[in-house]
Formats: sequence, C-alpha cells, structure tokens
Amino acid sequence: MQTVDDIKPCFPLFQDDSYKQLIANKRETFEEGHGKEKVEEVFQWTTTKEYQELNFKREALTVNPAKTCQPLGSSLCGLGFHKALVYVHGSQGCIAYFRTYFNRHFKEPIAIIADSMTEDAAVFGGQKNIHEGLANATKLYDAEMIVMSTTCIAEVIGDDLNAFIGNARKEGHLPVDYPVPFAHTPSFVGSHVTGWDNMEEGILRYFTLNTMEGKVVGSNGKINIVPGFETYLGNFRVIKRMLKEMDVPFTMLSDPEEVLDTPADGTFTMYAGGTTQDEVKDAPNAITTFLLQPLTLDKTRKYVEGTWNHEVPKLNIPMGVEWTDAFLMKVSEVTGKPIPASLTLERGRLMDMMTDSHAWLHGKKMAMYGDPDFLMGLVKMLMEFGVEPTHIVCNNGSKKWKKAMEALLAESPYGAGAKVYPGADLWHLRSLCFTDKPDFLIGNSYGKFIQRDTLHKGPEFEVPLIRLGFPIFDRHHLHRQTTLGYEGAMQVLTTLTNAVLEDLDNKTRGLGTTDYNHDLVR
Amino acid sequence: MAKLRQAAIYGKGGIGKSTTTQNLVAALAESGKKVMIVGCDPKADSTRLILHAKAQNSVMELAAEAGSVEDLELEDVMSVGYGGIKCVESGGPEPGVGCAGRGVITAINFLEEEGAYTDDLDFVFYDVLGDVVCGGFAMPIRENKAQEIYIVCSGEMMAMYAANNIGKGIVKYANSGGVRLAGLICNSRNTDREDELIMELARRMGTTMIHFIPRDNVVQHAEIRRMTVIEYDPTAKQADEYRALANKIVNNKNFVIPTPVTMDELEELLMAFGIMEAEDTSIIGKTAAELAAEAAAA
Repeated sequence: MQTVDDIKPCFPLFQDDSYKQLIANKRETFEEGHGKEKVEEVFQWTTTKEYQELNFKREALTVNPAKTCQPLGSSLCGLGFHKALVYVHGSQGCIAYFRTYFNRHFKEPIAIIADSMTEDAAVFGGQKNIHEGLANATKLYDAEMIVMSTTCIAEVIGDDLNAFIGNARKEGHLPVDYPVPFAHTPSFVGSHVTGWDNMEEGILRYFTLNTMEGKVVGSNGKINIVPGFETYLGNFRVIKRMLKEMDVPFTMLSDPEEVLDTPADGTFTMYAGGTTQDEVKDAPNAITTFLLQPLTLDKTRKYVEGTWNHEVPKLNIPMGVEWTDAFLMKVSEVTGKPIPASLTLERGRLMDMMTDSHAWLHGKKMAMYGDPDFLMGLVKMLMEFGVEPTHIVCNNGSKKWKKAMEALLAESPYGAGAKVYPGADLWHLRSLCFTDKPDFLIGNSYGKFIQRDTLHKGPEFEVPLIRLGFPIFDRHHLHRQTTLGYEGAMQVLTTLTNAVLEDLDNKTRGLGTTDYNHDLVR
Repeated sequence: MAKLRQAAIYGKGGIGKSTTTQNLVAALAESGKKVMIVGCDPKADSTRLILHAKAQNSVMELAAEAGSVEDLELEDVMSVGYGGIKCVESGGPEPGVGCAGRGVITAINFLEEEGAYTDDLDFVFYDVLGDVVCGGFAMPIRENKAQEIYIVCSGEMMAMYAANNIGKGIVKYANSGGVRLAGLICNSRNTDREDELIMELARRMGTTMIHFIPRDNVVQHAEIRRMTVIEYDPTAKQADEYRALANKIVNNKNFVIPTPVTMDELEELLMAFGIMEAEDTSIIGKTAAELAAEAAAA
C-alpha cells in the first residue's frame, strides 16, 4: 500500500506482496489465460527458425509497424512555416494521435487543429466542416497562414480541398487573400514521409505556381534546403551552421527547429521561427534546391525541377564522411564559395574519433530499422565506422529503396552479410533477432520490446537497443541531437561506441568471474 | 500543339453513356485526334467497343492482385485500341462492398503520377458511372482535370431528372473552379418531341443540346461485335451522326456554369410536353373504400 511519506512509483510498488497477491488473484479468477508453461512453450516456439518461416509468409497482416501515416508527416512539414497553423481535415481522434505522438517525442506542446468530421460529414461531405473550421481558425489563433491536409475519412468520401477552400473564400468564411496551402494525404497510401513530401509540394505550389513570371534561377544568390521528414533538431542546426561557415545564404523550406524547442519562460509560444511566406515566394530565384532525403521527396523534386527549373543535385542524405563531403562540395560548386578551414578541421576531428573508436566498432554486427533515407545514411556511416550491418528493415521502403540499399551494401566488404527487407515490420525483425542474433539493434523506442523478448530467452540472446530514429518516447532530449554532417557522425559514433562499451561493462562486472576484463581504460 | 482538352461524360445509368462516348471517341480518332478514355465505373465497360474485349483489366483489379497500386506500371493498365485510342478502366469493387468512389480517385492519381497524360494527347474522356453519388465520382472534374462536362440524356423523365441533378453537382465545383457544363447530348429514345424537350431543358439550364443522336439499330449490330459504328460500318448514316457530334465538340466554345431548375419547374416542363400528367392532389392518401364511397355520394 502507498503511504504519504514513502510514495512509490508503479515500479517497485507492484513488487509489494499485497499487489503480487492481487494480481495473482485476478489472473486466477478472471483472466482464464493459459498456464505459465503453455505461454512459455509458445514463446519459445516464436523464437525458432520454423516460426520465422511462417512469420515471413504473412500477407495481409502487419504486426508492430515501423511507420505511421501521411498526415503525421504533413503536420510536421506545416509546423516548419512561420506563423502557420496546421489544420487537418478529418476526425478528432486522428489529430489527437498526431499531437500526442509529437508531444511524447519532442516533450513540447504541439498545435494542430482538426475540423472534427463526424458521421454526418462522412455522409454529406466535409465542406461544411472546412467552412466553419476556416472561419473559426482564422479568427481564433492569430496565424498568418493555414496549412491543410487530410485524413482517411475525407479521402474515402473524396472531399476536394481545392474546391472547398475556394468555395469558403467565395462564401465569405475565409478572407479572399488568406493563404491556405493544402495537400491530399490519404493515410492508407505511403507513410509519414510521403505525407511530408505531399505537403511540401502543396506549399511550394501554392505560393509560387502562379507567380513564376519574372523569376530567374540564381537571381537571389541563395540555395534552398528541403529537409524532408526530419525530427532531429540538431540536424536543422548543423546544416545552418555549416552553410553559415561557408558564407552561403540559404532558405530552409520548412524549419520547425524553434517551434519544437521553445524555452520555459512563463509564456506559451504557439508559433516560433519557421520559413516565412516571402522566403517561399522567393525560393524559385535560388541557385538550386538541395533535397536532404532524396529517396522520399519525389513530388517535391518533380515540382522544383518542372516549375522552378532547378537542376536538383543528385546526392545522398548527408550522413557519414563521404556523403557529407559530397554535399559540401556540391554546395561549394554551385555557389562558388570554398569550403572553409573550420569544416576541414571538423572533418579531421571526426576522422580522428573514428580511428580512436575503430577497434571497438570493427566487425560489430548491427540490425536496424527506420525511414528509407535515414537507413541509407546510417548504413553508409556504419560501414565507414567498420560496423557490419546485418538485417535492414524498412517498413515504408520501396523497390527503388531496396535497389539503392543493395547497391550501397555492395560498395563495401562490411556490407557483404547484410539483408534488406522493404515492407517488413518489427515482428519480422523480432524473428530475425532470435535466429540470427546481431550484437545490437538500432531503431526507435519500439525496439525495446525486441530487447525485452530476446532477454527473456536468456542473457546470451539479448539484443540491446541503440536509440536512433523516430519516435523516441522513452529517453529524453535525444531529439535535440544530430545525425547529419560531420557533427552528426561524431554523435552517432559516440553513441555507438559507448553502447558497445556499456554492454561490455555489463558483461564483465562479475566479481571474480568476468571482471578480468572490467577495465578502467577502454 | 493544341492544349489537351479533358471532358467528363455523365448521365443516368443505362442511358448509353459508354456507347456514345466510345463512338464519339472513335469518330475523333478517325479524324486524326489522339484520345484517351478513362472509364470511371466499377463495371469497367467503358472501353470494350474500342478494344473488342469483354472487359479490360482495371487498375483496381490489377492493384488488388499485385498487393498495392504502387506495384503497378502504366503499361500494365493501359491498352491501345481502334485508332490508337488509349484505354484505361479504373474498376472497383463488386456491388455491395467497398468503396467505388475511392477506386476512381486512386486510379486517376495513379495515371497522373505515372505520366499517362502525355503531351501528344488532344483529348481525355472520362466515362463516369450514373449519378455523381459521392465525392469520388467528382474526381474527374477536380481542378486540372476535366474542365468540360457533357451530360447524356433522353426525353424520359428520369433521364432529365438525373441531368438536372448532375447540373446541381457541377455548380458546387464550378463556383470556385474552372469546370463548366459544355452541353447535353440527346441519345434518342424516340419519345414525342424529344429534341424540342431537351433543347428547352438545355436552355433553362443555361446550356445547349449539342447534338441529337437518333436511334438506329446499327449501334446494336456494332455492339454485338464489340465495335463502334465508326469501325463496324463507316458508311452508315449513324456514323455520320457521331462524326457530327465529334465535330461539334471539337469546335465547342459554349462552356457555362449551369443553372439547374427546381423540381417544380422540371415537372411543369414535363407536363407542358405531355410526359407527365398533372397530379390530382384530391386522391392522395385515400383508400379504395373511401374513393368508392365518394364516387357513390357524387
């Protein structure tokens, strides 16, 4: 029982005898579950090769997906614009889910509004919701633009945002010149990265399609950066820093760095920072546009190439040494600005760190999952560090991604043992972690359940999780870290090396048994 | 090159939309135009006369087989038939399940993403199922898609009622966008004064009857052979009717926001042409016994 002077959280409270008894009684009396032995027998079966074969024959069912839906991505994209209110046309629950998802990752309040479609809207169409929603939102929230996308209910019934927003203007629900860029983001197509891409294209199209006259490529002397679905705030910061050091003026096309990291100063800040409308309108005048996640920004690329006439550089995500080099050299090439000594120095420091840690990382086997471009960059980086990628699961990976990944793995002997699984989920990965145990698993918070399950089989089967990706709900402030550029490589290298050393310490802490290797210096 | 024109054909179910569309498109192709037909009907019968096929493999059918629409390529879903006409069927679920409207949305999005709307095309025709029952069936008339709409009708009450209703649907999109009603096509059922009646309905809706297609058995003869009249018997008089329609559509400049009429107005029109009897409101709700009693009293 709880007592006032000794309040216990749920662990270890439920270790108390009274609670143990309570739970045992509940199981006995109400749950009608299988006995411990049967549960254990089935558990052991799910760890076998035989089960894995059945598991990979699944066709219609996803268990523990490693992706989420389009409007979550479109929301993140919208959050990156100055005084932009993110508006999702759909039902309440979906949008509550997006808010919580971001809350739990960024530990920040997230402003996203919904127009709460209900059964009558599903029957009569959502136009009325959009009209009332726009009328209210423009009056209540002091925004300068509304960024609209859709959930599946609106998509199934075929609501037409362009027509509905146009009608709202005509009928006086929305001031005629109030900007409302929009994108259709059906949840049942693609994933959050597709939604980000659709929304970005919608915003760029809205502000530039009809004002292309007089635009001259290169006339503003800047470059555009399209981050894609990016949740590491450090990544926005590192790209900005590197470009600043290069003295290259730029426009980040969606920049939620500030709104997702507001200070506790006693006031609630609903809008902070972000790309301004004027910057978007001026973006066609840039020298070119860099796509930081090139595999998942098809729609944006098409628009930027087709309408802005930009020659989009063919690059990979700037992760690891070589791909950061390529990014910086390309920036230097198109702007004519040299790469400054400060970045060369930073690169040298990274190389030094990699050599320092190489002995610990060399030959370590790591399985991983995440978004398509992130995985490309991660694998590239790991092979540069001397790590051997084993199982690479990309739930929202396409055939194109698979090809690109296999080509990348073929470039290095470290990639020889890797297998690539587009479309697979975390339940597939769980099987792989039992039957072909990697030393570590890299991914978001959901991987902790694989770690728990592998530990249950026995300490020698445990696959420790290294948290890199999105979402990370169960550790604090990792979203502020960096994965891009030399700085990102330094942070990932630090994380990986220390995970290896932590694991070794855990295994060599046995007094008088394994502590012959419990070394002070690693 | 002239700009691509996209047109959607609507009208009551069974009125002859698909037959009219295919004959019209065949006439356009015969005159050297490059045309694509997109069937927007789960029945998938919008291209059979062009392809001489029972039913073309539809986008949704193939997507269901492949697992998802993302696994398809354009050449999987597009067939080329008479006169180089490109044919695509959106397809959709069996009656009673699923959502046909979403099928139309998915199929058209797929065509756009895969670059089906090539520069060499002069026309794209969307042959759309019956009434515009949900948002999905309005997909063909969204911004940057079909900008002109033709309604196929006849001088029958329900066909005119449906035409007027479709007009109402168009208004919703026309107010904020560029979509316009481009005319009524009368596919004759040999009713009395049919041409005058449809011309009058068209006038009241703010448009014109762009062409009157007389009834002719050669259409059925051709259809049995899964052919258009244009291909089956190019010398037939009926072939010239479709050519005339095609020619009028090529030169059409009369694009309007429709002014659909009220129910009362429509009934009044039908009564004026003797298609509908004036309603005797005194008998409503009376049983046979009551009416007999009244008759006896009188």
